[in-house]
Amino acid sequence: MMTLNFDSLRHDKRAAIAATVGIGLVLAVFPFIVGSALGNSWLRIVDFALLYIMLALGLNIVVGFAGLLDMGYIAFYAVGAYLYALLASPHFGLHLPVWIIIPCGAVLAGIAGALLGAPTLRLRGDYLAIVTLGFGEIVRIFMNNLNAPVNITNGPQGISSIDPIHLGGVTLAKPLSVLGITVPSLHAYYFLFLALALLIIFVTIRLEDSRIGRAWVAIREDEIAAKACGINTRNIKLLAFTMGASFGGVAGGLFAGFQGFVSPESFNLMESIMILCMVVLGGMGHIPGVILGGVMLTVLPEFFRHSAGPIQQALFGKILLDPEALRMLLFGLALVLVMLYRPAGLWPSTIRRREFSSGADKEGA
Amino acid sequence: MDIFVQQIINGLVLGSIYALVALGYTMVYGIMGLINFAHGEVVMIGAMVALFFVKAFSGLPVVILLPLALAAAACVCMAIGFTIERIAYRPLRRAPKLAPLITAIGISIILQHLAMLIWGRNYHAFPPVIPSSAHEIFGATITSLQVFIVLIAAAMMAGLTLLIQRTRLGRAMRATSQNPAIAQLMGVNINQVISATFVIGSALAAVAGLMVTANYSIAHYYMGFMLGLKAFTAAVLGGIGNLAGAMLGGILLGIIESLGAGYIGDLTGGFLGSHYQDIFAFFVLIGVLIFRPSGLIGERVAERA
Amino acid sequence: MKPTLLIANAISKHFGGVKALTDVSLTIRQGEIYGLIGPNGAGKTTFFNVLTGLYHPNGGELLFEGYKLRASAPHLAAQSGIARTFQNIRLFGNMTALENVMVGRHVRTQAGVVGAVLRDPKTRREEADIHRRAEELLHYVGVADRANDLAKHLSYGDQRRLEIARALATEPKLLALDEPAAGMNASETAELRVLIEGIRNDGITVLLIEHDVKLVMGLCDRVAVLDYGVKICEDVPAVVQKNPKVIEAYLGGSVA
Repeated sequence: MMTLNFDSLRHDKRAAIAATVGIGLVLAVFPFIVGSALGNSWLRIVDFALLYIMLALGLNIVVGFAGLLDMGYIAFYAVGAYLYALLASPHFGLHLPVWIIIPCGAVLAGIAGALLGAPTLRLRGDYLAIVTLGFGEIVRIFMNNLNAPVNITNGPQGISSIDPIHLGGVTLAKPLSVLGITVPSLHAYYFLFLALALLIIFVTIRLEDSRIGRAWVAIREDEIAAKACGINTRNIKLLAFTMGASFGGVAGGLFAGFQGFVSPESFNLMESIMILCMVVLGGMGHIPGVILGGVMLTVLPEFFRHSAGPIQQALFGKILLDPEALRMLLFGLALVLVMLYRPAGLWPSTIRRREFSSGADKEGA
Repeated sequence: MDIFVQQIINGLVLGSIYALVALGYTMVYGIMGLINFAHGEVVMIGAMVALFFVKAFSGLPVVILLPLALAAAACVCMAIGFTIERIAYRPLRRAPKLAPLITAIGISIILQHLAMLIWGRNYHAFPPVIPSSAHEIFGATITSLQVFIVLIAAAMMAGLTLLIQRTRLGRAMRATSQNPAIAQLMGVNINQVISATFVIGSALAAVAGLMVTANYSIAHYYMGFMLGLKAFTAAVLGGIGNLAGAMLGGILLGIIESLGAGYIGDLTGGFLGSHYQDIFAFFVLIGVLIFRPSGLIGERVAERA
Repeated sequence: MKPTLLIANAISKHFGGVKALTDVSLTIRQGEIYGLIGPNGAGKTTFFNVLTGLYHPNGGELLFEGYKLRASAPHLAAQSGIARTFQNIRLFGNMTALENVMVGRHVRTQAGVVGAVLRDPKTRREEADIHRRAEELLHYVGVADRANDLAKHLSYGDQRRLEIARALATEPKLLALDEPAAGMNASETAELRVLIEGIRNDGITVLLIEHDVKLVMGLCDRVAVLDYGVKICEDVPAVVQKNPKVIEAYLGGSVA
């Protein structure tokens, strides 16, 4: 069965409960620890990491479960984000509440996913990759240029002063008081994002071990055989694509409310590739691996950004190499190395590791 | 009517460049089933090397300078193409298709940022060593350089066709793209053939790079991405894996893009401007893949149940 | 005479210039084991592919249980009650044997995304049913001991039987087997014969492409012979064996 790697935990209920409680406690106090030990900027990074985990899990349904290579996933994030920006900012003067906008974002992104997927999901793997890449770029170009003759997206300047997220009339932009504890803004966002991330994790785990989840794997393994089993491959692929897109839309809306500002620059190809790499490098289809990928690819680059300059200063007395270029160079190198030596990802499911170890051999024993 | 001819000419020039780059994509795809994502960056590196060579030796007469610059660019590009194949693609020949694709993306990122480290983030101007002599034709202008571009591209395409059809290596390449296992049994060293494919494609990329930077007078570390994507679109448009298709697709895409950019303002009543130019290639790509995935002159290959 | 299950009327299929099937008509009755034989390239698998919706015929029609079969997509053929195995075995290699058969249950079950996430009682019952039925089928074909092994690690013979189990999971009325005995030795073939007869005795009609003449002649109630896309004979095995056109097709010359 396609289960988590924690096989021993499944059998020992008490150990499982203890582990869950332990993890829960760590997660609850985590933001306070980070906030006091490392400062607010790092807490912001943690909040972003949670958003990226949501994105990676959404893309995981598309790439990891159904095996559909989407290289323009960021477009759905953009749809969700811009919708929030348009409906909750001075731009149009609308200030709709979160609980209307976020579901609308999910639906709109889902529709975009269905529209993109309907004609393209029957394409071969690498072609689908290029088409989705093109779609991502088209969305970005439109966001960048839809400021004339009618100003919809405000072009390259983007939309700012977006309303922060309000929950039940309480804004998360200011510190809250909960049961006598003061919860600063960044911490509040952390808990909101954590709750949603856990919800998405729960949904994907349930999907994995279900009739639909099996159908996705079947399609990935052999589409023709899947059809012979009565699977309507077109609809099931579309389902994966649409679900993934809608998760992206939700994350996008949260992003807009959190950051307060959206611009086309945040939704470029590199972002799509980053999210794809979180899924692939983490361990495609394997939920813990994908989460690990999400954390790593959010935290490590930031860590690098903070230290590359100072390290070079310390070693050479000046900055020899552009840290940004160096960071991306190392990222590219990491991609190549992981594909060469751990193509199943850093934390794959056991089944996936077997897939890669026997190569493409599928005939007989 | 004026602008029509001008855009056709622009499209022809642009298309010749696309065709040269598309050939690289189509050859590699035909032989390995792999989209060499990094190919666009090889073009960029060719452009950069050529530009800085010309800058360094700008004293020399143009007739010597340009061929030398081309040779320098070609050497660097061929070396890069060879190395990429050897180190990154060869070990993954049997892996599921996702692995080489991600690797190709990684290499693309590496090359882009290597270029950024070496040459900086700025746009670089091509030294004005080429005398600009414009000619009038049918009410539109074309420079000597542009004429050269089209002619040289045509010559390269002819040369490549001769290579593929008439030489031993060409025969080996065709055999390998049809059926690598059997080709091997017939004594073809497919490792060498694949290396040669990458090297040839990279040489063409270098030529294209020099053309781009000379024609548009600019080079930049990020220029390879869009160009590569569009050239890949051209290859798909013509029929991927098919050399004639790449050439046809390239020219056609160049013309479509030029005409589109020229007329889009009129067509959409001012709603979309020419900065939407890049979108044409994408729409062509999506359209071709949905309605005619085998391309204009490609083969239809059905899967056997 | 048993009622008809499938009528193929003048089915034609060509690929460019190649005429894979020309005006092929045959009738399969309920409960029979019907053989489809012919030299390589005769169009037998092409006929299967037309039957199961992988190819669209250029001419002719199929009537299944009296209704026009509109299997424009393979999953619709499965829904209608036609299941198949493949000449080159198409299993889900990285899924276990049990999971392979569970996928076969897809067409007769319904749980969607909502059910998957909520795991309400109806969904849980359905999942338990799927599980149970899959195990039963593994027993039925004789690979129950390999239930948790990856399909790609099964022996060749076990893989063929697993594919049959998966096809049976779709609850077909017509089971189309494409060279199920290919690569099997004599004892495996004998076991296969018992399995197929068992399937027929349990009420499923079987359509069989096979090269193993002994198996076909011993097992099938009726046989159709294709050659170059044309049906040259359709009758009981004893008659087909002696038909001069059939002998010529296989041996390339009449036997005096």
